[in-house]
Amino acid sequence: MSRNPQAAGAVLTDALRFDDVSMRYGRAPETLKDLTFSLAPGSFHFITGASGAGKSSLLKLIYLAARPSKGLIHLFGQDVTATPPAEYPVLRRRIGVVFQEFRLLDHMSAFDNVALPLRIAGRKPDSYRQDVAELLAWVGLRSRMQALPPTLAGGEKQRLAIARAVVNRPEILLADEPTGNVDQEMSLRILRLFVELNRLGTTVLIATHDQDLVARSGRPVLHLDEGRLTAVTPLSAPLRGPQP
Amino acid sequence: MSETFTARWRPAPFLPEADSRDGALVFVVATLCLLACLTAITVLAADRAARGWTNELKGQATVIVRPKAGETPDSAAARAAETLSGVPGVAEVRALEKAKAEALVAPWLGDVADLGDLPVPRLVAVDLDPKAPATAQALDRALKGQGIDAVVDDHSVWTKDIARAGDLARWIGLGVFALIAAAAGAVVAFATRAGLQARHEVVEILHLAGADDMFIARLFQLRFARMAAVAGLFGAGGAAIMAGLLRLAGGGGGLTPVLPIAWTDLLAVLPCPLVAALVAAVAARLTAQGLIRGMVST
Repeated sequence: MSRNPQAAGAVLTDALRFDDVSMRYGRAPETLKDLTFSLAPGSFHFITGASGAGKSSLLKLIYLAARPSKGLIHLFGQDVTATPPAEYPVLRRRIGVVFQEFRLLDHMSAFDNVALPLRIAGRKPDSYRQDVAELLAWVGLRSRMQALPPTLAGGEKQRLAIARAVVNRPEILLADEPTGNVDQEMSLRILRLFVELNRLGTTVLIATHDQDLVARSGRPVLHLDEGRLTAVTPLSAPLRGPQP
Repeated sequence: MSETFTARWRPAPFLPEADSRDGALVFVVATLCLLACLTAITVLAADRAARGWTNELKGQATVIVRPKAGETPDSAAARAAETLSGVPGVAEVRALEKAKAEALVAPWLGDVADLGDLPVPRLVAVDLDPKAPATAQALDRALKGQGIDAVVDDHSVWTKDIARAGDLARWIGLGVFALIAAAAGAVVAFATRAGLQARHEVVEILHLAGADDMFIARLFQLRFARMAAVAGLFGAGGAAIMAGLLRLAGGGGGLTPVLPIAWTDLLAVLPCPLVAALVAAVAARLTAQGLIRGMVST
């Protein structure tokens, strides 16, 4: 399952690069201002900042739910600002997203929710049936495969959302306040899942308020203050191993 | 247990199955389909009536014979009948008796039976050969050739009026049908808009899971097309039953001579579910595509 470009000996391209990127909603003042940074493939970062600092907006730009008002964004080496929206779905399939409010489909079972990206990608059920079952087992939901999301506890929902986000084996995994609705024990359990995925080569970027989680992980941090990147820990080689 | 579930698992539909609005939508579209089908059946029946009347009128001509001096009206009519029977394209000729001619002018002149000296013109009814009918000019020529003072009425004034009325009925029917189809499309577009807005989150999740706009639009298109097809079945079925009852009530000639419904007219309802599905599919597709495009920024 390793897709770590370094491990594969591939030429390293930034998984993500922002060049002087700004963003605004309509005519409102800029939410994000002049952001310049890059993430190496297989890296693990946190985005921190107060409410309204622009963390979610930054993630939206990455998962292509919004467009910048200025600057260039390169995803997997491709300039997305010059990419027609019709090509977004192909790029989105290389990105997994986890939200604080889970965003699960309530009319689908846990199994169906996880299988969703594979079905959309056009895969035949027999080709992924087993993979989905294994993934659900990996996030600790083996016995809850048939359950509908409304019947799951907060931590279960979040693990289900993570399973859905990674079932396509995305190259980048984004998480927006993934531990916002779970207790501390579950937060650590979820963090361990992210670390494990990162170990397999996935670039991980987590937006969070949870300073304790950040401190426990010991991972580099991008700090946003009123839309500006005010602190960036040195971006070196991908970090390895769980540190919580 | 999980192994059994995994082996038996079948994908769930992408969109939630039931919606409280669905019943109302099916009812509205079914009603529109019923009206459209009844319109189609009515147009067919009216068209048949118009064609029947036209054919009847085209197959006959009436000749008004005016007796010359020294000639009795009866002998003039008999002479005209004899002359016309020899014209190619004439099947049968009947000189109407005096009593019938008087009955025809009675609405205007009252009872003229006592006025023996009133020159009431005699009428000659001509049945034309339906395969090769004689023209009014041919009849007129033949009469003039025998020195008979007569006017030939081939009912062309009436047939033209009836044909015009038939055409008008067809166009009105087509207009009503188009209006109903447009209304059905608008209703489906409205329902699609409401459905998309209600399922904004589902659309967003599908987007994030890698679905493109067309994929999502197709889901809504199929959903509403299926719903409209079901509504079309109900509407068509209802219209067929109503038309069938009218046909039964009216016997072989239909309910009235104006609306002679034939059993074959009921076949007009058959395309209804398909047409309803098509209209709904197009309306839902166009609406969904427009809305989904606007949902990119979430």
